[in-house]
Amino acid sequence: MLTISDLTNEIDGKAILKGLSLSINAGEIHAIMGPNGAGKSTLAYTLGGRPGYDVTGGGATLDGVNLFTLEPHERAAAGLFLGFQYPVEIPGVSNLQFLRESLNSQKRARGEKELNGGEFIRLAKEKAALLGLDMEMLKRPVNVGFSGGEKKRAEMVQMGILDPKLAILDETDSGLDIDALKIVGAGINAIMRKPEKAVLLITHYQRLLDYVKPDFVHVLAAGRIVKSGGPDLALELEREGYAEVVAA
Amino acid sequence: MNALPTRKAEEWRYSDLEAVASVWPLPAPMHIDVAAGEVAHHHLLQDAADGAAAVHEYVITIADGARCDFHVLNIGGKLGRVTFAVTLGRGSHFELNGAIIGGGDQVLEIVTSVTHAEADATSGQTIRSILGQRATGSYLGSINVARHAQRTDAFQSIKAMLLDRTATANAKPELEIYADDVKCAHGATVGELDKAALFYMASRGMDPATAKTLLLKAFVAGVFDDVADESVKDALEAAAIAKLETLV
Repeated sequence: MLTISDLTNEIDGKAILKGLSLSINAGEIHAIMGPNGAGKSTLAYTLGGRPGYDVTGGGATLDGVNLFTLEPHERAAAGLFLGFQYPVEIPGVSNLQFLRESLNSQKRARGEKELNGGEFIRLAKEKAALLGLDMEMLKRPVNVGFSGGEKKRAEMVQMGILDPKLAILDETDSGLDIDALKIVGAGINAIMRKPEKAVLLITHYQRLLDYVKPDFVHVLAAGRIVKSGGPDLALELEREGYAEVVAA
Repeated sequence: MNALPTRKAEEWRYSDLEAVASVWPLPAPMHIDVAAGEVAHHHLLQDAADGAAAVHEYVITIADGARCDFHVLNIGGKLGRVTFAVTLGRGSHFELNGAIIGGGDQVLEIVTSVTHAEADATSGQTIRSILGQRATGSYLGSINVARHAQRTDAFQSIKAMLLDRTATANAKPELEIYADDVKCAHGATVGELDKAALFYMASRGMDPATAKTLLLKAFVAGVFDDVADESVKDALEAAAIAKLETLV
């Protein structure tokens, strides 16, 4: 589903990703772990098309479509969802308005029928219930006044509503207490653990992986994948630290 | 009043004097007198044809204990200039809510002079400007508090949003206070669309025009919230949205 080959990029002229390759098939959940500054968030933003994250070489395709020829909103319509480590606050724009416009923009781009108000509210209610988020929260402006945990839950409600093929979740576990972690983990499984979907989890810690079991674990260091393995690799990293495992 | 104004006069400094000359001499200003204890609602939708010069001048006298609410949307013409000379009686209130939305080479201005002539009067002015292309939007507002106008409470809240580097916003609140027991607050900001919000919206699939329109609607939201007459409110909001959609 996602194929990244020899990807290099620059931010403000500084090379961050230095030849990163990774393949993810439909039905798989991959986790990328790695020390601070390895390029984990850069990988997520680069795939999402954040301005300033300039691709200097290599490529990435989603179901055969070159992601880097698409604008950020076109990548979303092609099935990519980016979970933000720090979800952005948008005063004056309600979550419902934000999500309905987003979903219908995607549907227009794919030539599908847009949802009317009633259909959209039913969908939003169902996904909010899945994440235990009060519908009242969705009437409020996007992420404004939300706690860290509420922001991450709201992100997962967004993912549920937008129903992507591939979710890249950048430290979705940061800022979550144990209870919220369980709920978010269960939400990821319910929404994305399907034969036709795939997930790339970016995380520092093993603990999210207790709830969302990865099929593959990769270590990212200095802009490259330096080691890949099964779920046991995450446990090994947790036990021995990155330096140890990367050197081995 | 017969000599054409020059740029040396502060209240004409940012105007389009060539356009002013085309409609000079100006007709007598419109007088609004609000009798003691009365409440008056007024509005102006300044939507002159492209290339036209429109100057609207109001002289408003608010008697003791009376209130005047004025809503203005300034969007039309080559030059659109709306001025208010307001005199407040004892315990009276003046409330101005305005939006300036301009593109092309438009020069749009709101110029106010609010005189607290007696004690215990209050006034509020809220202006939101959205300027694209080479447009210039100006708010020049002076508040004058007479020596015996104790317990005056006045505020000016001015915010401008520039959509292009070539657009200009001028915001000039001015206070002249001779009483000693007075509250006068003013704030003026000039900004641009939040890039982080735009990327967040794009990452959810929203096309750029829809995203910008939503952010701009949120920016001017509130200006027409308390228009008493629903049909007037709808007309002002619809005209504002139609205008800002031409700018994104």
